[in-house]
Amino acid sequence: MTNYIKLIVLGLITLFALIAANYARDLAYMVHALIIAAVAGGLFLWVLRHTDEPQAAAVDLSGQYMDGVIRAGVIATAFWGVVGFLVGTVIAFQLAFPGLNFEWAQGYANFGRLRPLHTSAVIFAFGGNALIASSLYVVQRTSAARLWGGNLAWFVFWGYQLFIVLAATGYLLGATQSKEYAEPEWYVDWWLTVVWLAYLAVFLGTIVKRREPHIYVANWFFLSFIITVAMLHVFNNLSIPVSIWGSKSVQVFSGVQDAMVQWWYGHNAVGFFLTAGFLGMMYYFVPKQAERPVYSYKLSIIHFWALIFIYIWAGPHHLHYTALPDWASTLGMVFSVVLWMPSWGGMINGLMTLSGAWDKLRTDPVIRMMVISVGFYGMSTFEGPMMSIRAVNSLSHYTDWTIGHVHSGALGWNGMITFGALYFLVPRLWNRERLYSLSLVSWHFWLATIGIVLYAASMWVTGIMEGLMWREVDANGFLVNAFADTVAAKFPMYVVRALGGVLFLLGAVIMCYNLWMTVKRSPAVAATNAAVPAE
Amino acid sequence: METYTLLRQFADSWMLLVLFAFFVGVVIWVFRPGAGKSYENPANIPFRHEDKPAPARGADAKEA
Repeated sequence: MTNYIKLIVLGLITLFALIAANYARDLAYMVHALIIAAVAGGLFLWVLRHTDEPQAAAVDLSGQYMDGVIRAGVIATAFWGVVGFLVGTVIAFQLAFPGLNFEWAQGYANFGRLRPLHTSAVIFAFGGNALIASSLYVVQRTSAARLWGGNLAWFVFWGYQLFIVLAATGYLLGATQSKEYAEPEWYVDWWLTVVWLAYLAVFLGTIVKRREPHIYVANWFFLSFIITVAMLHVFNNLSIPVSIWGSKSVQVFSGVQDAMVQWWYGHNAVGFFLTAGFLGMMYYFVPKQAERPVYSYKLSIIHFWALIFIYIWAGPHHLHYTALPDWASTLGMVFSVVLWMPSWGGMINGLMTLSGAWDKLRTDPVIRMMVISVGFYGMSTFEGPMMSIRAVNSLSHYTDWTIGHVHSGALGWNGMITFGALYFLVPRLWNRERLYSLSLVSWHFWLATIGIVLYAASMWVTGIMEGLMWREVDANGFLVNAFADTVAAKFPMYVVRALGGVLFLLGAVIMCYNLWMTVKRSPAVAATNAAVPAE
Repeated sequence: METYTLLRQFADSWMLLVLFAFFVGVVIWVFRPGAGKSYENPANIPFRHEDKPAPARGADAKEA
């Protein structure tokens, strides 16, 4: 019966998408309508072939974890990671050598189109898939319960991939609402809302049916990440489509209100997507890899509540010296500085988890990766509050220092903890005894670390240089440098930055090879998911 | 009174007080006497049930 309802719905979606493709007012919308028609049509055929077939007897799966969707998430994370790093490296070279904005690709593959593709690919495709996969892994293990909702988790996975494809193709074809990290247009936002609420349902449903009396701290971080991102996404994307047949929409907020909502969203995308969610990963994978419980559970609770209460106020520091009232930007600045404390509390908690096990750093490159990621977390959460201070911001804002800061956080903290989690997950998910090669993990570790150091150091130099050149005046009060002078002066640092990106990308490719060979070649262990009794 | 002024006054007085009191309450709660012992069990959650879910509700009491 449900199959008939599915068929009707999928058929209607296919029909509507084809009508929409016909009436489309712009190219991006037409391509998206065709993608949706193809996906819905394909699903229609797939459901049709499985309708009124004899059903296999329902098997009770409640004694097993649902790991298929997590395996898919791990593959997607590695794939989108390489894609995102590759695009990032390409645009880094485009900045150094403008000739790489090829004439034949104008309007599709120039820097302006590729840049949001890079940011969304690394944050939402790489980071998002890592968060979804690891959160669904962690919530099952720490709740001692199978995922709630059956195939709803698969809907979340595939729905999220569809969101990524629609967003990415939209950027290349020019559908953007010009909000940083929230570029997708209205119908893509609506779709993400549906997928995200399904994700919330799966996660929360699993927590509700947990067999552990206590909700482990990692799940608190994951849950706050899911709920806050839902709230931020909806408010920042309140817009009215110009036409139901076109991708263009108009924001409901305007002027400084719009700017404030955008940076309330933007900074909390950092705070809850890239921090709270990844802290959930830290609170599970670091103790597991170190084989000892977290240093202080008390500190982890205070870390959680302090982070949640403070991060949400930090957004206005993106709007110093703008139309935003001073009291609001001062508020954002003060909260950003206060945020330093819980951030370092969390860092200390992560690092001290290794106390008594520091020798593992010598022998286990995976824990080395996790420790350096927590180190980068500490470094960028010191740098961030400092840059949010108005006087520092007047020098750093609009310069490459900001880009360096973002990347020491994103490559160092988010990237490294994700790599560590992938190295942890793959042998367990595919029932392998161990990774294919630890020395390849070491190679990845050093390539990525040196890449980040090149990136961050060159951006500090070029950012501060640029800021000082912009504000330099001569004895008569005239500006000394034209904008183009700063661009010319930045060239060597741009090349160094791009080379850092190459090293980081190379490390990720080595990781993919290592993980692939782990699945292919590493000795298998007896299936642990079902057969082996619990200790 | 304007909505803006009203909301702003509420935000920087009562709401601020409520949020701050909640946070201080959390800190006091975490450091209540005997808390350290009660957190030993949750801190070890990641080291149980790695391979498969807990069997049934009744078994929880023994494990915990």
